[in-house]
Amino acid sequence: MKEKKKMTAKEKNEAMWGYLFVTPTILGLIILNFYPAIDTVIQSFCKTGDFGKGNVFVGLANYQRALADPEIWQSLLNTIKYAIIEVPFGVIIALILAVFLNKKLKGTSFFRTVFFLPMVCAPAAVAMVWKWLYNQQFGLLNNIFHTSVAWISDPKIAWVSIGIIGVWSIIGYNMVLFISGLQEIPGDYYEAAEIDGATGIRQFFDITVPLLSPTTFFIVQTRVIGALTIFDLMFMVMDKTNLALQKVESAVYVFYNYAFTQGNKGYGAAIVMILVVFIMIVTVIMQRAEKRFVFYN
Amino acid sequence: MESARTRDRVSKTVMYIILIIMAFIMLVPFAWMILTALKTNQEAISVSPFYIFPHNGWHWETFGEVWKSYNFFLLYKNTLLMIFFRVVCACLTATMAGYAFGRLKFPGKNFLFSLVLVQMMIPSTIFIIPQYLMVSGLGWLNTTAGLVFPGIVTAFGTYLLKTGYQGLPKDLEEAAGIDGCNIGQKFLRIMMPLTRSSMVSLGIFTALFAFKDLMWPMIVCTSVQTTTLAAGLAKAQGRYGSNYPQMMAAAVLAVIPMIVIYVIFQKQFVEGIATSGGKL
Repeated sequence: MKEKKKMTAKEKNEAMWGYLFVTPTILGLIILNFYPAIDTVIQSFCKTGDFGKGNVFVGLANYQRALADPEIWQSLLNTIKYAIIEVPFGVIIALILAVFLNKKLKGTSFFRTVFFLPMVCAPAAVAMVWKWLYNQQFGLLNNIFHTSVAWISDPKIAWVSIGIIGVWSIIGYNMVLFISGLQEIPGDYYEAAEIDGATGIRQFFDITVPLLSPTTFFIVQTRVIGALTIFDLMFMVMDKTNLALQKVESAVYVFYNYAFTQGNKGYGAAIVMILVVFIMIVTVIMQRAEKRFVFYN
Repeated sequence: MESARTRDRVSKTVMYIILIIMAFIMLVPFAWMILTALKTNQEAISVSPFYIFPHNGWHWETFGEVWKSYNFFLLYKNTLLMIFFRVVCACLTATMAGYAFGRLKFPGKNFLFSLVLVQMMIPSTIFIIPQYLMVSGLGWLNTTAGLVFPGIVTAFGTYLLKTGYQGLPKDLEEAAGIDGCNIGQKFLRIMMPLTRSSMVSLGIFTALFAFKDLMWPMIVCTSVQTTTLAAGLAKAQGRYGSNYPQMMAAAVLAVIPMIVIYVIFQKQFVEGIATSGGKL
């Protein structure tokens, strides 16, 4: 079956154009992504030489050091804790809002604009504003509730405070995706349910939830990966001197510190590799779950 | 029937109450940001009496001070240049590759496209150290070229445009072929204009992503003269962190341009995110 058909002049011409058009992208992907990915793997086995040049192969030393370092484990745990707040709350609140806004109420476009607003703001600015709201002495929250909670410097609650910023920031994005998913559910399903006398809540669980499950799965999957690579919020909200930093800093934050603040690229590379392997495992688990829980028409 | 109507009215009221509460929660940080920016620092940190609104006049001049002292003109310029080049590069490379993958036949197409899909599955944190070393090797630290570098091509955009080109009817091209156009002309004159909505989605998506990114500009542009709005804010916070009205004025100046653009092009933004559904 190895027989190769000779290409006609027209096919050759088409192939030439094809290669011409994909060359920039493929070359770019190789130089900007595939080579760097391999280079990171190699660097994770090296010790960064003095003056940033001349890497020395050290085998698994970076990994041994990372896996024995409680800070790395703590940062992974912090990242998971952040995801456990951001993903479920961000998804459930967004779903409820999307269902409401899909009901053709008056003022829908106003609400949609408002909910989406944080999405067009730089997280750096958002984090600065929330840091001010959370300020223990002068912040709005403590002033309004007459409390003196150390929102971002009490190690017990700082991770929740950061998670709240994450949820606030992402609701609009999830909601927009849910709305476009909802619009694809045929209206007849609801009409039929209406005739059968099913209530709104009943319809939500029996029709909306199963038919929307592909959208939900897509959002959950992208948000889990997004949450596991969170960096901006921790970097902007937590001062270097913050006592709760150890209990909040994410894996990417720790990576940034080692690789760029301290200039230890080899160790930084090993931390990224550990995080990437972890994300891959989570992705595979989610793909398995997709087959069981997602309802495709 | 009467009871159904009452039930309907009750449920509508409940929905409105929840929506209004949520809108309030979403807007409070923005309102507090602006109100703080308009106060004096003394007022901003006064606990008793606690003022919601500025009490000693509205201090618009803080914006002017911050504009000068934080070099906002340069931050805007750098951010704008980065966004412009990233959007142009991404749209150009992605529309070409998207057309080839979606419309043309050539040996090895499936393999090459699988490279695009694989890239989309790899978390981008893994690319950063070598990308930084390349930029620094090229002498592009603290330049616009360095800021644009990782965004020259886009796997996600290629995928998006490929889907766009596949959705176009087949006979379009055949009709053009009879008129004696070659493939390049067909692409430029007929096919590319038809994928405008996918291109707009990709452009918005690319611009938003570039605007929001913090780590890359912080790494490659360490000087205040060359960095972007997001990274400039991070620097400002380190230096002037305890002057709250100034910090909030800086935050306002950093978010305002994108908010204005969003309010004007709202439909395109929402559709762009909904159709691309990309990873931000």
